[in-house]
Amino acid sequence: MITFSTWDIVSNLLLAARWTVLLSLVAFAGGGIVGLMLLYARISRAAALRRAASVYIELFQGTPLLMQLFLAFFGLPLLGVEVSPWLAAGVTLTLWTAAFLAEIWRGCVEAIPKGQWEASSSLAMSFFEQLRHVILPQAMRIAVPPTVGFSVQVVKGTALTSIIGFVELTKAATIITNATFEPFTVYGFAALIYFILCWPLSKSSQILERKLNVAHRNH
Amino acid sequence: MSLIEITEVRKRFGENEVLKGINLDVEPGEVIAIIGKSGSGKSTLLRCINGLETIDDGSISVAGAQLLPDELHLRALRLKVGMIFQGFNLFPHLSAGRNVMLSPMVVKKVSAREAEVEARARLEQVGLGHKFDAYPDQLSGGQQQRVAIARALAMKPLALLCDEITSALDPELVNEVLNVVGKLADEGMTLLMVTHEMRFAREVCDRVVFMHLGRVHEIGPPEEVFAHPKTPELQQFLGMT
Repeated sequence: MITFSTWDIVSNLLLAARWTVLLSLVAFAGGGIVGLMLLYARISRAAALRRAASVYIELFQGTPLLMQLFLAFFGLPLLGVEVSPWLAAGVTLTLWTAAFLAEIWRGCVEAIPKGQWEASSSLAMSFFEQLRHVILPQAMRIAVPPTVGFSVQVVKGTALTSIIGFVELTKAATIITNATFEPFTVYGFAALIYFILCWPLSKSSQILERKLNVAHRNH
Repeated sequence: MSLIEITEVRKRFGENEVLKGINLDVEPGEVIAIIGKSGSGKSTLLRCINGLETIDDGSISVAGAQLLPDELHLRALRLKVGMIFQGFNLFPHLSAGRNVMLSPMVVKKVSAREAEVEARARLEQVGLGHKFDAYPDQLSGGQQQRVAIARALAMKPLALLCDEITSALDPELVNEVLNVVGKLADEGMTLLMVTHEMRFAREVCDRVVFMHLGRVHEIGPPEEVFAHPKTPELQQFLGMT
């Protein structure tokens, strides 16, 4: 029987963690872009657009991420579209992240006092000009802490993609466990790696929140 | 032709009709004070004139620009009439100078340099030339309101709507704002102001409009309206009964 040193376990987990990081980055960046488009739709003046965006958000917030992964991975092949675990994971996490970010950001936009809309309206700005120059620069300040905070959820969300066979940190841990029969050690290390990824994020979210709150100054 | 033409304007909030057929024509250069109890519809009327509220009936036009609910018409209308608010509504993330520069650059595509020259001139005009780089939270209420006036002026409007612009100010700061408005009036700016400053209305305005229950209840030159109010409602409002 082959024996595995602790370093064998850790090094393999670390290698797999690269995929967790990469998937998180893809989901977060892609989700940010899609989320921004959703945000525009969600607060637009066209009722149909608003409605469509809110249905999208409710669907993605109202179903488990795991189901969304299953539907993407097993459902699309039924329609004749072959998807790799990597593609299914990337797309699903992106869409899921977008739904949450759009809703977080909508709250931030709505936190901007109505007077800012009225003043910029009375200066003849169009809806997009108002958003671009007046509303979003202010909303972004409020949005930074909850957005960074949500990125933790994205990192942890990637663990679910192990179930459709995407070899990231959790999947790697399962594979290693099957070889070493040391589930507690292996999953312990895996959890530690997740914590090392997530803790700085939630900590910085707290620090940012305090900073942006205390510095009531807007510059 | 009048600069601002308000014809049979009606406005409802749900069941509550707040404007019940308003008619008012404002000539170029006229200074008009709108007075009345809260809830009489005076602020709503002002907000209708530049399209911050939609109207249910009637028509409003400013120098030929009709109030219609699409963005193109609203933009054309708002290029002709500026507005100043009770709460200043300066953009807190921009310096005073940038507040004034923003709309000319964004809406009128004026170059940054031109906009800055204009902004410095407008801030100078309201006595705040030295505050170009100050942020709104570094300014007093009176200074913020004067920046707001400069910001509106930078768009070169034909008329200014002032919605209780001194009501949120500490008493000692009211005059610095009123002085600026008085100067604008002297220079021939058309002004429509909802105000509680009766002394100012009496001294500066050409006409006073007394609104009551969504109607123009009494209108006339200040001497007449203040000294010889005809209706019991206005007499009561002025504390004469």
